[in-house]
Amino acid sequence: MADKRLSLDELIGELRSGMTIGIGGWGSRRKPMAAVRAMLRSDLTDLTVVSYGGPDVGLLCAAGKVRKVIFAFVTLDSIPTDPHFRVARQTGAIEAMEVDEGMFYLGLLAASQRVPFLPTRAGLGSDVLSLNPSLRTITSPYDDGEVLVAMPALALDAAVIHVNRADAGGSGQILGPDPFFDELFLGAAKRRYVTTERLVPTEQFASEGPIQTMCISRLLTDGVIETPGGAHFTACVPDYSRDEPFQKAYVSAAGDADAWTAFREHYLEVDEAGYQTARMDPVGGQQEVAR
Amino acid sequence: MNESTDASRAEFCVIACAEIFRGDGEVMASAFGTAPALGARLAKLTFTPDLVLTDGDAALMVGAPPLGTPPSELTIESHMPYRKVFDVVWSGRRNLIMMASQIDRTGNQNISAIGDWAKPKAQLVGVRGAPGNTVNHPTSYWVPNHSTRSFVDQVDVVSGVGYARAASAGPSATRFHQIRQVVSNLGVFDFETPEHVMRLRSVHPGVTVEEIVDATGFALVIPDDVPDTRLPTPEELELIRDVLDPKGLRDREVKS
Repeated sequence: MADKRLSLDELIGELRSGMTIGIGGWGSRRKPMAAVRAMLRSDLTDLTVVSYGGPDVGLLCAAGKVRKVIFAFVTLDSIPTDPHFRVARQTGAIEAMEVDEGMFYLGLLAASQRVPFLPTRAGLGSDVLSLNPSLRTITSPYDDGEVLVAMPALALDAAVIHVNRADAGGSGQILGPDPFFDELFLGAAKRRYVTTERLVPTEQFASEGPIQTMCISRLLTDGVIETPGGAHFTACVPDYSRDEPFQKAYVSAAGDADAWTAFREHYLEVDEAGYQTARMDPVGGQQEVAR
Repeated sequence: MNESTDASRAEFCVIACAEIFRGDGEVMASAFGTAPALGARLAKLTFTPDLVLTDGDAALMVGAPPLGTPPSELTIESHMPYRKVFDVVWSGRRNLIMMASQIDRTGNQNISAIGDWAKPKAQLVGVRGAPGNTVNHPTSYWVPNHSTRSFVDQVDVVSGVGYARAASAGPSATRFHQIRQVVSNLGVFDFETPEHVMRLRSVHPGVTVEEIVDATGFALVIPDDVPDTRLPTPEELELIRDVLDPKGLRDREVKS
């Protein structure tokens, strides 16, 4: 079994400006935030981000890393929208491709299965079709003659997901209740990376959870990076739930230029170890908000 | 059946939402917002016992526990991660009440953006699953702040598909399409008119038809006799107040 362990810096070294990058998780849940923070520190730019969006999208937009976002929503779950994504859209700073959640799923599935599209009823009649003129419909070749949306494959140059446990060979274990579409993000991508709360010996998986939790096979991974707290401030149950005070501090800092500079300097212009230390010691003005 | 007349506005909204599930068998009820969540639970405890409720995360749960019940106290009967939710959506075995930032005369809903989509005045959450939901299973809407800003002549971005848009998209769009009702803090609306345009179905007691007309940004179809939204029974009121929502979350969503 190949040893696929990497550092965050090595992960960033595998990525290039202009790439289409898929980010796993859903909203403000099990996002590979350590990898996102590493992207923020890098000189990567001009990215197309494909995401069931949460603060990953907002942070990358705020840092000017994004050319285009492919999304069905961008939400912080307990807070309906992400402030940075809102600004990026409202100022026209980014391109957007907005599709239905299910179309998004089928786009990843099509890419995973190496077919050009998958048919679906979702999207018919909605502005998703009129706002994305590249989307086409297809007529069923059978007697029903139904006309359906042909959701194109969402092919990714790279994808990164975050899991609870993984081994050095790149098998991953998701212990929370929902694996989301992480497997399909990896399947849709040329280069596939898994960050994990804890690297464990393979034989430990069985004592962590039942076989259904061992849902990311090494067939789907090229690199694995141990990043404890790597989904913070998003939820990573059962290891930790969403850090709601921190998320609130993130949102309120986004609303004010000085507060955002302070937030960035304290939390983002440091390496991952620095972030993990800093979050235990909230930035001055956010003290009462954050704890 | 005795009726109870001291119900609050929020409680009429709960009753109106519950009625949307009447007659459903074993379908998955998804209900966003406080009044819809209470309505689905109330329907299950009374006239729609086979309804299947989600825990708001990745499972189907037994019974109709009070709002805010900690996950550790729920009894789970089935796993329902998002990937399986799409199997349910596309099979049609679902009845949904979504929220709407804008809703229009033919039942289009918008949760994507206000203004020009290319550079919106206000970016909202995104279309989410609304396009797929509306062409696959019955969908209704909950609007807790009825005004000319939420009830508009035409929504800015068609997220959930209304009747006219479904019809012009063709038979594959209309085949399973049904916008059942719209419940607001002022009244209940449906599309049971020849042209499937929005009709006032009932007014919540204490609200006048004129108030609703003034708060609506297009011409509603208004029948000669508009009934009041039905009163809760004493049993229903007890379930809402003492069992499902003892903390009164409903009255924070809709003021009396």
